[in-house]
Amino acid sequence: MMDSYALLIAATLNAGTVLAIASLGLLINEKAGIVNLGAEGMMLCAAIAGFAAVVHTGSDTMGFLAGIAAGAFMAAIFGGLVIWLNTNQYATGLALTLFGSGFSAFAGIAYVQAQIPERPNFALPYLSDIPLVGPALFRQHPLVYLTVAFALVLIWFLYRTRSGLILRSVGESPESAHALGYAVRWIRMGAVVMGGALCGLAGAYLSIIYTPLWVEGMVAGKGWIALALTTFATWRPARVLLGAYLFGGVTMLQFHLQGVGVELPSQVLSMLPYLATIFVLALISRNPRWIRINIPAAMGKPFHPGS
Amino acid sequence: MPKLKLEARSQPSQMWSYASPLLALACTVAIGVLLFALLGKDPVKGLQVFFWEPVKTGYAVGELVVKATPLLLIALGLAVSFRSNVWNIGAEGQYILGAIGASGVALMANPATGSWIVVPVLLAGVLAGLFWAGLTAFLRDRFNANEILVSLMLVYVAVQVLNFMVFGPWKDPHGYNFPQTKTFEVVTRIPRLFAGSRVSIGIIFALVGVVLVWVFFFRTRSGFAQQVGGLAPAASRYAGFSSRRALWTALLISGGLAGLAGALEVAGPIGQLTPYVPAGYGFAAIIVAYVGRLHPVGMVFSALLMSMFYIGGELAQSRLGLPKSLTGVFQGLLLFSLLACDMLVNYRLRWIALGVGK
Repeated sequence: MMDSYALLIAATLNAGTVLAIASLGLLINEKAGIVNLGAEGMMLCAAIAGFAAVVHTGSDTMGFLAGIAAGAFMAAIFGGLVIWLNTNQYATGLALTLFGSGFSAFAGIAYVQAQIPERPNFALPYLSDIPLVGPALFRQHPLVYLTVAFALVLIWFLYRTRSGLILRSVGESPESAHALGYAVRWIRMGAVVMGGALCGLAGAYLSIIYTPLWVEGMVAGKGWIALALTTFATWRPARVLLGAYLFGGVTMLQFHLQGVGVELPSQVLSMLPYLATIFVLALISRNPRWIRINIPAAMGKPFHPGS
Repeated sequence: MPKLKLEARSQPSQMWSYASPLLALACTVAIGVLLFALLGKDPVKGLQVFFWEPVKTGYAVGELVVKATPLLLIALGLAVSFRSNVWNIGAEGQYILGAIGASGVALMANPATGSWIVVPVLLAGVLAGLFWAGLTAFLRDRFNANEILVSLMLVYVAVQVLNFMVFGPWKDPHGYNFPQTKTFEVVTRIPRLFAGSRVSIGIIFALVGVVLVWVFFFRTRSGFAQQVGGLAPAASRYAGFSSRRALWTALLISGGLAGLAGALEVAGPIGQLTPYVPAGYGFAAIIVAYVGRLHPVGMVFSALLMSMFYIGGELAQSRLGLPKSLTGVFQGLLLFSLLACDMLVNYRLRWIALGVGK
């Protein structure tokens, strides 16, 4: 029984990592004032790009790089449109998601039955042998730990460095940042590409490590849940991480509940992550003042430097 | 070295707002030709299956209309929503619920039922769609929850509700264990307009919808209030227009129309509830709405175009051995190109010689 809890925790961390990587990327976007509704599409394209790269090269690293490149490339197109051509952020992001789901399905046909080399064992020496704690925490892919480290670095960057302050100022008041001489558009572009790269990494993690295979539409709303997480976290990196593990847990709970024989139809269990997202969004957004204080003030608004 | 510069227009170009969708289509076709060539297929044949085959015969045109009907109905609702700056992107879920609601009534029919049953079938679809969109409106109104995320999450929930019904209580006991309901009684079938074509009265609903939405947008005070709220929230508040009312109106109209589309589809061409009812119409309709400039008449054309993409994708699969998902690629490309081309509505391109001017 205790072992099954250890496994549940391990699976939660694993599932939460996908959400955490993507959501931290989207957080960087939103801190710079850009909302990218294309997360789902970027993750799908990165998932197939990463999976295909592993099939052809046999190297996970190449797979991750391919996923990152796919996400960053798509985000760059998005950024070019919304930052320089001032297209509507919501519509452009949706276009990215619609295109991404179509394109990944199209490109993925050849890989539906494909297999990738057996996944190595990631157990850390000694630590993984500790009863309970070992199987729960120390048999994960290195990215699981790197994600936590990255969140810490991001907190330091955003709140303790000058560059982080500039990034946030671009999202709070692009006019002031522009007046101070900062290249608002390029900073936003950098944030968007970084966000895309992280969404790409999350997508590649999904298809290479989490469920090592390709299925059409396999991201199954995780990109959207990652978007919801930034609101849930009121745009704070530590809370993004926490929220991601919470939702990872909800995703895993459905399998756990089935395992321990809870009499609920499987469809009802499959709804859980989505219902939880709605519930949590409503709970957090209930107080408009709380949101208004925390949201990057210029989020979603276009910026045209006056000439 | 001359340099290309974007120059803001003093007012949006009327000409380009009409020309931009056409230019976007041209870009999509150009990329399509390139893609066909890359895949080693004859581009001329590729263009043929997408743009000629779907209009070659009377029957083919009928099929084009059959697929355009749900797209147009959903897009009309979305146009109301988007013009009010309410981002309902969960039309797919409202469509699924419409199909479920309609099926619930259709399954109650027996061979002795009169053909009046079609009316409650369609009404149930509308009500179910209204209910599903109403959830989003309620959560936005009462809890300030972002309607983009809520409406989209409800799509995934709707899919599971559909699966639950067809795998569980509504599964056809004589269906060899396939997850689907029994085939609906013939009396529940949506009346068709012509012999030898699958075009149903659905297209009449859609065209009446075009007129009603046009009147609503351009000839009624409430339609005006609805759009002012979208364009200039502050002005709208000052004028005393209720933003809550606009929110509910937008979501209920789009939910009801998506529900109607779902009902027409499940009691029409499909004739039973299956897990394959969701065909992505709810998402494709977003593209229809934008490419049609959120204008009721424009959307008639864009719905036909998007329907061509669907049929072309199916034909590309059977004739050219290309995957059907090509449809999604082209749909996405079209919306992308449109957003990029729309730049020409607000900006003009100028060649500027360096060293001259500023």
